[in-house]
Amino acid sequence: MTKQPQLLVHDKADNVGVIVVESLAAGTDMLVVCTEDNSDFRLTAKADIPIGHKVALKDLSEGDTVIKYGEDIGRMVAPAETGGHVHTHNCKTKRW
Amino acid sequence: MPFDFKQATVNAWRRENGRVGVRNHVVILPVDDISNAACEAVANNVKGTMAIPHAYGRLQFGEDLDLHFRTMIGTGANPNVAAVIVIGIEPEWTKQMVDGIAKTGKPVEGFWIEQNGDFETIRKASWKAKEFVHWATELQKEEVPLTDLWVSTKCGESDTTTGLSSCPTVGNMYDKLLPHGLYGVFGETSEITGAEHICKSRAATPEAGEKFMKTFQAYQDEVIEPFKTSDLSDSQPTKGNILGGLTTIEEKALGNLEKIGRTSSYIDVLEPAEAPAQGPGLYYMDTSSAAAECVTLMAAAGYVIHTFPTGQGNVVGNPIVPVIKISGNPRTLRTMAEHIDVDVTGVLSREMTIDQAGDALIEMVSRTANGRVTAAEALGHREFSMTKLYRSA
Repeated sequence: MTKQPQLLVHDKADNVGVIVVESLAAGTDMLVVCTEDNSDFRLTAKADIPIGHKVALKDLSEGDTVIKYGEDIGRMVAPAETGGHVHTHNCKTKRW
Repeated sequence: MPFDFKQATVNAWRRENGRVGVRNHVVILPVDDISNAACEAVANNVKGTMAIPHAYGRLQFGEDLDLHFRTMIGTGANPNVAAVIVIGIEPEWTKQMVDGIAKTGKPVEGFWIEQNGDFETIRKASWKAKEFVHWATELQKEEVPLTDLWVSTKCGESDTTTGLSSCPTVGNMYDKLLPHGLYGVFGETSEITGAEHICKSRAATPEAGEKFMKTFQAYQDEVIEPFKTSDLSDSQPTKGNILGGLTTIEEKALGNLEKIGRTSSYIDVLEPAEAPAQGPGLYYMDTSSAAAECVTLMAAAGYVIHTFPTGQGNVVGNPIVPVIKISGNPRTLRTMAEHIDVDVTGVLSREMTIDQAGDALIEMVSRTANGRVTAAEALGHREFSMTKLYRSA
């Protein structure tokens, strides 16, 4: 039986991934799969993160560009540590 | 052996103008808001008909009036409609709508309320509607190529799972079927914001790419700039999108564009509700990103099946076009499964590939064409929403 990943990443260049299971708890040792080439690695979640929400794959500082789909989706307006939650509290579009 | 999309067939209705319809509606179409009551009375008198009430049609002018007529005539002309009764307050615009629909060759008859009153109009229209129902219900389906269908797409209540699963599922369907003669369409001008450079690059010709950029820029200049309060942060992404994990408009746009697959490119850019005229292939339509408005415009352009990826669970339907819902979000499948036709949660658990998900959607498109009622049809979702360009006179 396939081992189900907790976190999916679109592109090798991405610095965030997406939680794809419900009720993910802080401290979970997550299986992370990159959909581009099916490669995988492990990462520890630093917070309870809802399904669909993003997780930092590396330490991100204020001002860093957030990459998803291999593309620029915005910038960090507050830091996030590896395995931490990335959303509207620390990430914003560069457009406005 | 791989499935041969070119040889695949469905049983559907071939209309007078050669187009293929997958439903056989007799519709009672109001020209204007004040004719809704008469239309609904006729639909109540004659079972097997459907009134399509709406909020507009009086004192519109210019481009806004053109769009009103294009939407209403297109709705009546759609191949999912067998025959049409048109009711308006006065004869002139009623006749204009009847003449537009009659170009398809299908039976259509108009009635007007002035000098008749609701009672006499309803009486005459009911007799004609009954005649149309008897006629339409004896029309026989025939075997037609699957790729003779016109299939539209627009996603709703998107989240990060739509970009990972349900949107690329639609993209995979288009990559497989468009080369064999299918007509496709996508749109949602405001939701391309942040990925407009990528959308431009997916045009089949430099001219189509420029036409897209002109449409995109016109939306920014004519709608966003004059009417914005601060920025689009409060509406794009929507509150539902943000709950689902989408943070920025760029992230939403990139997920949205997954609907056009890997190899497909659009050959032309359409006005709202404009019928495609450059032959088979993918089109871009300038539409609102609001679900009911967008599906209404694509149905009015002649598309007969709509594929609708959703993450958080949009429940939209359409009166004349079956809307197929696709979702990969396990929480949505757990909490609102009655709305979903194609479950692609296996893509997130890595038990299903995008290629398999695309095949599952093509199978559902085929079953829907053959008569399977969609979740939205079974639940009575018949949202018909007109796009209005500016205030009436």
